[in-house]
Amino acid sequence: MGTLSYEFSVEKDDFERAGEASSKIKKILMQLGMDSSIIRRVAIGAYEAEMNLVIHSLGGTIRIDIDPKSIVITAEDIGPGIEDIELAMKEGYSTATEKIREMGFGAGMGLPNMKKCSDVFEIESEVGKGTKIVMKMYLKDGD
Amino acid sequence: MTVGQICEKLGLKPLTGDIGMDREVKGVYICDLLSWVMAHAHEGDAWITIQTHTNIVAVATLLELSCIIIPENAEIEEDTIKKAIEEGIPIMASDNNAFMVAKNLISLGLGD
Ligand SMILES: Nc1ncnc2c1ncn2[C@@H]1O[C@H](COP(=O)(O)OP(=O)(O)OP(=O)(O)O)[C@@H](O)[C@H]1O
Ligand SMILES: [Mg+2]
Repeated sequence: MGTLSYEFSVEKDDFERAGEASSKIKKILMQLGMDSSIIRRVAIGAYEAEMNLVIHSLGGTIRIDIDPKSIVITAEDIGPGIEDIELAMKEGYSTATEKIREMGFGAGMGLPNMKKCSDVFEIESEVGKGTKIVMKMYLKDGD
Repeated sequence: MTVGQICEKLGLKPLTGDIGMDREVKGVYICDLLSWVMAHAHEGDAWITIQTHTNIVAVATLLELSCIIIPENAEIEEDTIKKAIEEGIPIMASDNNAFMVAKNLISLGLGD
């Protein structure tokens, strides 16, 4: 098997379709017959990244690259960027509005969840430009 | 224990018809913060939440939760039901509050 890649676009404020990209990613991994624990990690990482694109960004894409050794999820958006990444990474930190919090978002757990379920987690952001998150998960024998 | 058995024993109202009644309930998780649920709920859990928008179906599908229980008959959006049927996730409503639902689930032997 070489590398399989899929990309999904995610619209800002599109709560109607929010979660679809991660659901599709999960279904792809299930079709490939991957192990349930790696599917769970990918599903969590992809979902949190997707929801952040919907809630906090101006829109972007989620990409998944699958090769025999690893799965890489890349979330990239077109702004507004994160000013203080260290602060954004703290559990409980959120800039979500009251309305968004009423829907159950804004616990400030998304980025920490992404980091926890990745073997390698990278985040780059520039205010006015956008944010890029890369989550890499290594596959073990049997995954 | 299956979702159908829980519905019957607790008098829950299935909002998604016959969908998923044979799914196995392995545990229970209660929380209304979605990222918290993503981090801590387990596969097979029955999820008690007062959130009723469509995204709860995405959470339940991604984590392979067995069902969603809406306490105190909180009003649920039509789109959520539609999506749940599409994804095969059973949603049930209860007259009771989350605490009483949990108490009744424990009396059925869940959480031992
Ligand atoms: N793609 C993004 N673009 C701009 N800001 C972002 C982006 N992702 C995260 N942030 C900022 O980082 C904060 C923390 O994100 P995190 O996902 O941890 O929590 P949250 O989305 O606020 O709440 P939760 O994920 O628990 O629902 C956000 O409140 C927001 O200010
Ligand atoms: Mg988030």
